[in-house]
Amino acid sequence: MPFRILPENTRIDFVRLRWIAFTVTLLMLVATGVLLATLGINFGTDFRGGILIEARAPQAIDLHGLREKLDGLGLGQVELQEFGAPTDVLVRVKRQEGAEAEQNAAIAKVCDSMGTGYEYRRVEVVGPRVGEELRRAALIALTCALIGIGLYVAVRFEWQFGVAALAATFHDVLVTVGLYSLLRMEFDLTAVAALLTLAGYSINDTVVVFDRIRENLRRSKSSTLKQVINDAVNQTLSRTMMTSLTTLMAMIPLVLFGGAALFNFSVAIVWGIVVGTFSSIYVAASLLLYMKPVRGIPSGIGKTEAVAAN
Amino acid sequence: MLNLSRWNIVLIITVAVLSILYALPNVLPQNSRQWLETHVPSWLPSRTVTLGLDLQGGSHLLLEVKTDVAMADRVNALVDEMRTELRKKEIPYENLNAENGKAQVTITKASDLETARAALAGMEVGLVFETQGNTLRVSLNEEAVRERKRQVVDQSIEIVRRRIDETGTREPSIQREGENRIMVQLPGVSDPEHIKTLLGKTAKLTFQFVNDEVTPQDIAAHRIPAGFEALPTTDNPEKQEVVNRRVILTGETLTDAQAAFEQGMPVVSFAFDGMGGRKFADATSSNVGKRFAIILDNEVISAPVIREPILGGRGIISGNFTVQSAQDLALLLRAGALPAPLVVLEERTVGAGLGSDSIKSGMFALLIGLVLIIAIMVITYGLFGVFSIISLFFNLTLILTCMSVLGATLTLPGIAGIMLVIGTSVDSNVLIYERMRDEYKQGRTLLGALDAGYRRAMSAIIDANVTHLIGATLMFWLGSGPIKGFGVTLSLGILTSLFTAIELNRLMVVTWTKLRRPKALPI
Repeated sequence: MPFRILPENTRIDFVRLRWIAFTVTLLMLVATGVLLATLGINFGTDFRGGILIEARAPQAIDLHGLREKLDGLGLGQVELQEFGAPTDVLVRVKRQEGAEAEQNAAIAKVCDSMGTGYEYRRVEVVGPRVGEELRRAALIALTCALIGIGLYVAVRFEWQFGVAALAATFHDVLVTVGLYSLLRMEFDLTAVAALLTLAGYSINDTVVVFDRIRENLRRSKSSTLKQVINDAVNQTLSRTMMTSLTTLMAMIPLVLFGGAALFNFSVAIVWGIVVGTFSSIYVAASLLLYMKPVRGIPSGIGKTEAVAAN
Repeated sequence: MLNLSRWNIVLIITVAVLSILYALPNVLPQNSRQWLETHVPSWLPSRTVTLGLDLQGGSHLLLEVKTDVAMADRVNALVDEMRTELRKKEIPYENLNAENGKAQVTITKASDLETARAALAGMEVGLVFETQGNTLRVSLNEEAVRERKRQVVDQSIEIVRRRIDETGTREPSIQREGENRIMVQLPGVSDPEHIKTLLGKTAKLTFQFVNDEVTPQDIAAHRIPAGFEALPTTDNPEKQEVVNRRVILTGETLTDAQAAFEQGMPVVSFAFDGMGGRKFADATSSNVGKRFAIILDNEVISAPVIREPILGGRGIISGNFTVQSAQDLALLLRAGALPAPLVVLEERTVGAGLGSDSIKSGMFALLIGLVLIIAIMVITYGLFGVFSIISLFFNLTLILTCMSVLGATLTLPGIAGIMLVIGTSVDSNVLIYERMRDEYKQGRTLLGALDAGYRRAMSAIIDANVTHLIGATLMFWLGSGPIKGFGVTLSLGILTSLFTAIELNRLMVVTWTKLRRPKALPI
């Protein structure tokens, strides 16, 4: 009756395949670099400051006509974007010179020229100072997350594991930023939340693989490091696949039905899970090969377990 | 790992049952919730999760208190105190003024310098003196500045609260944020324009005498006598009135203000407290025939002629009011003046329509996700999969319980957080079950494999959850709104999943094993 998503004993030579994986990784990183250099990041109102209005019309909106109308207002750059449905539009206006009154005047101008019948579903005004603070907070949070995760893994395992985990996590975060750039998705606070989440989550698979590598290192002193890593990845393959699958099952409905507001977030997480699973197996585990972790070092929980098991 | 002590079992079951009780009010429809509140003993849980403004609709404002302005006012007050003090001690001085956040004065005779310094130092504590030749510079020390700023922000919060309460907004939340910021959350307010207008006014009200001897030509040529100032009028931006700088009374002496009608025109009627009433009576008695100006935030609202002494301690402000502006002014006067101006740094408003749409689509996605996960877990792990799903159910009730009890806010990203928790909390079970399969395959007995599954998967489970938690808790830093809500939901969910996916799950597996005595591992 029990069902297995993978055959019981996979014997894939992951270590030998690492060159393909490294090439793919390298290509993705280069692509991200090129994207960031050319398209850049589409920073949202949270970070840029400015005005954002989400409106719904009773019928499909003629974006072209609306754009012409709003461009004539003299408010500087006005961006329009269909948001989830043809009846919904997202209007972004750059922050107006001056104080509070000027922002309100700009909002009123936009609403006036859009005409009647619109339901204003969301209005956000972010000042330049708040935007800058949020940018800084986001950067600090991301840095702390990466370092914190790397440190934790280094303490729980060996420093080599920490470095490999940090590299894999950094890779996942970077490549996801690349996705934001490629799809021109708005990079706002929610995007940072997505990055923090997947930094914490994508490491899970890595930890499972590392845990098994450590165990196997302790158990079989004779086999080569290559062999140990290969075995560990193969032995844990079904669970890394399964854990990623369950999380995907939870997140994909959010992409499809969760509404426009959560779309970017859930797309980023889904992408991060896929990339994270890949990087756990290839990037993190293969990197260990070059750092030669010390063998047979007992660690907290592992030690008592090993004793109890014998 | 398979031997659960009796108290352990009792504890697990108690937590599970309680979590259902506490989560229940959240899923009941509104009317039965109200029925419960009146018909059920009050010790039963009735708190529900607060929905964030992005889900229930409402307005979020981040205000900054311009403490610099208040500090400048403070230095001006210091100049006044110094004038009084030096006159009292009969010390000749010149050039008394405020400059660069300091009060400065030149003492005419060098021999008076020490006496002056001693006299001024006696005015109040926390003053710092600098001497340059015959000039004394007085400023507040760091501690006094900090204390003053703190007071200003505290007072501002109080005034903001009063003004918002006066508008009748239900359940506003007004909190200090950082050193000089105020976060205002207004559930259900979809157009914060009016409230922003109200908060944008300092509403400093003063009564000062008008000087009618200065001609408009003098004003245009800036020939204003010392001790007087020219202020714009509200009715006519072209016109200015020259008023005596000396303030007869301030708005602080008002006890009440109401919008009223006089001769069909909207006006604001007000009442002074006892002392204010007496001062006003004295001032008006000795100045019949003159004009006094009613000044709000450095603009003259009206400048009526005193026809007779006003003795009753009551008065009326008639300006060019509409009904709304008369009501607003009355409200501002009742609530009191802000000690410093406020500026809006950030505003986020969500309409109720978007909020309820978000809940609908979020809940639908959540349901689909649940069905998929139930399917995949039951297909892959059979009965043990069912155990995981039961654990998952209790994880959800526990999240709701914790959020209700802690008064945490569920935001739209928070719903995504719950989705993520649903996906990851079964992960722990996956790790345990896969480990059981491994151990069983390697020739352990059934019980041995079950035991080793829990024991050996533990370190990976703990590690995975800690790293996940690192990412989640860092979100508390990111602003105050939806993202923080996501971080809270996610962190709580990770913690509760440790209990349900390990403890509760193990209880079910162990109980089933004891009752059924299976021969082989069922997964």
